[in-house]
Amino acid sequence: MSAPAPTLRLVGVHKSFGPLEVLRGIDLTVAEHEVICLIGASGSGKSTLLRCINLLEIIDAGRIELDGQPITGSRVDVNRLRRRIGIVFQAFNLFPHLRVLDNVTLGPRRALGQSRAEAETQALALLERFGLAEKAHEYPDRLSGGQQQRVAIVRALAMQPDLMLLDEITSALDPELVAEVLNVIRELAKGGMTMLIATHEMGFARDIADRVCFLDRGAILEEGPPAQVFRAPREERTRQFLQRVIEAGRLQV
Amino acid sequence: MSVVSVVVVFGLLGWIVVNSPNWPAVRDAFFNAKYFWRALPYVAQGFVVNIQLFLVSEVLVLICGLGIALMRTVPGAVFLPLRLLAVIYSDFFRGVPGVLFIFLFGFGIPALEIPGVPNDPFFFGVLTLVLLYTAYVGEVYRAGLESVHPSQEAAARSLGLSRAQAMRYVVVPQAVRRVVPPLLNDFIGLQKDTALVSFIGVVEVFRQSQIQEAATYNFTPYLASAALFLLITVPLTRVVDILIARDRRRLLAAAR
Repeated sequence: MSAPAPTLRLVGVHKSFGPLEVLRGIDLTVAEHEVICLIGASGSGKSTLLRCINLLEIIDAGRIELDGQPITGSRVDVNRLRRRIGIVFQAFNLFPHLRVLDNVTLGPRRALGQSRAEAETQALALLERFGLAEKAHEYPDRLSGGQQQRVAIVRALAMQPDLMLLDEITSALDPELVAEVLNVIRELAKGGMTMLIATHEMGFARDIADRVCFLDRGAILEEGPPAQVFRAPREERTRQFLQRVIEAGRLQV
Repeated sequence: MSVVSVVVVFGLLGWIVVNSPNWPAVRDAFFNAKYFWRALPYVAQGFVVNIQLFLVSEVLVLICGLGIALMRTVPGAVFLPLRLLAVIYSDFFRGVPGVLFIFLFGFGIPALEIPGVPNDPFFFGVLTLVLLYTAYVGEVYRAGLESVHPSQEAAARSLGLSRAQAMRYVVVPQAVRRVVPPLLNDFIGLQKDTALVSFIGVVEVFRQSQIQEAATYNFTPYLASAALFLLITVPLTRVVDILIARDRRRLLAAAR
């Protein structure tokens, strides 16, 4: 049995903001249908890594490949590439002047050139699937945080991406709204969506991830199956980080 | 209570004015009913020209102003000349009195007698007003564009939209909504500055008042034209106030 073809491959990725080196040599491979969780303290580079993959930030050195094709460099069609990679942000970033339905159809209509009818049919089906059908004609500010974040997920899914990047998507939510969003992600994982997830929800990461990567000061210090990383971390810094998380009550052992 | 204090204060002010020794002379020179009604048809006719100037200029200003603002906010090292041009343009036209440009364009350009260039003072009036107010309105738009958080553009780009599409469908619509009150403020300024065009020979409200005044040596026609301006600018000002108050309430509600 051969392993599935790697979907995403990062080789020696470096990124600095001025004198601050945020990513110092990231090597990572995400296979098709794989779910990888990035954990680590705030400022360890998780968000920057995701933004680099979606080309919202330009890397200083190294290489990123999607299905064997380099996506970094000057000859890449950025717009075409981004249509294949969905990203969901911590702060939702819905378009406040557009109704939920128009938020979801904007990408398919303008970037993929779908007709309004086609895009809306598909959007309504997605909204229905995630329990948001009755919110289709509301403006985002009429929705709860959890609903807004689910709309943001639907908006990314409407582009039918090959890969989803989730950037701490529950960090801006009230605790009682976290579950509804995480359940959506669980369902996506079951459906075989390839995902790279930066998260502080350790219990969730333990349940959902095929592999967990611990980022520390811009480098992947340790990676492995969740059982190993959470129960028997090899690195002292991983142990310290998990200890702090357990003390903060964010992970039950 | 407030009604009482208003009546008392305004009543007192009115009493002082009407009882001052020079009031009869002032009343005859500025508030003469006979001259008012005699001048009004002419003045109103002139005011129609001001409204035409205003409407034509305003539409062009709204379009060109957005163009300048987009020029000034286009990113990338290659486009620095474009950004510089926009900066120089708006610094220049905001920094020099408008009446100077009216003379410069209205008399200067026709004097060159370049073939194909129109000789119509109305045309040069509109041209000057558009150039002047595009500079102001461009700055208003720019403030609006910059007030839209960069994460909005990032979200649009992440969906595969080009920068132009992100601007068109996400950033500009939000920016325009936010700057409606300051834009209306500039409308009011533009509406008043249409009177500048009288200097290059357009017979509009101010010129008509002058003609009427010269015929009678009475200043009431100026008051008639002032009344016409106020008829437009005061309601506009109230609309601006209402919009600003609504924005404030919305901001407070969002911060809740």
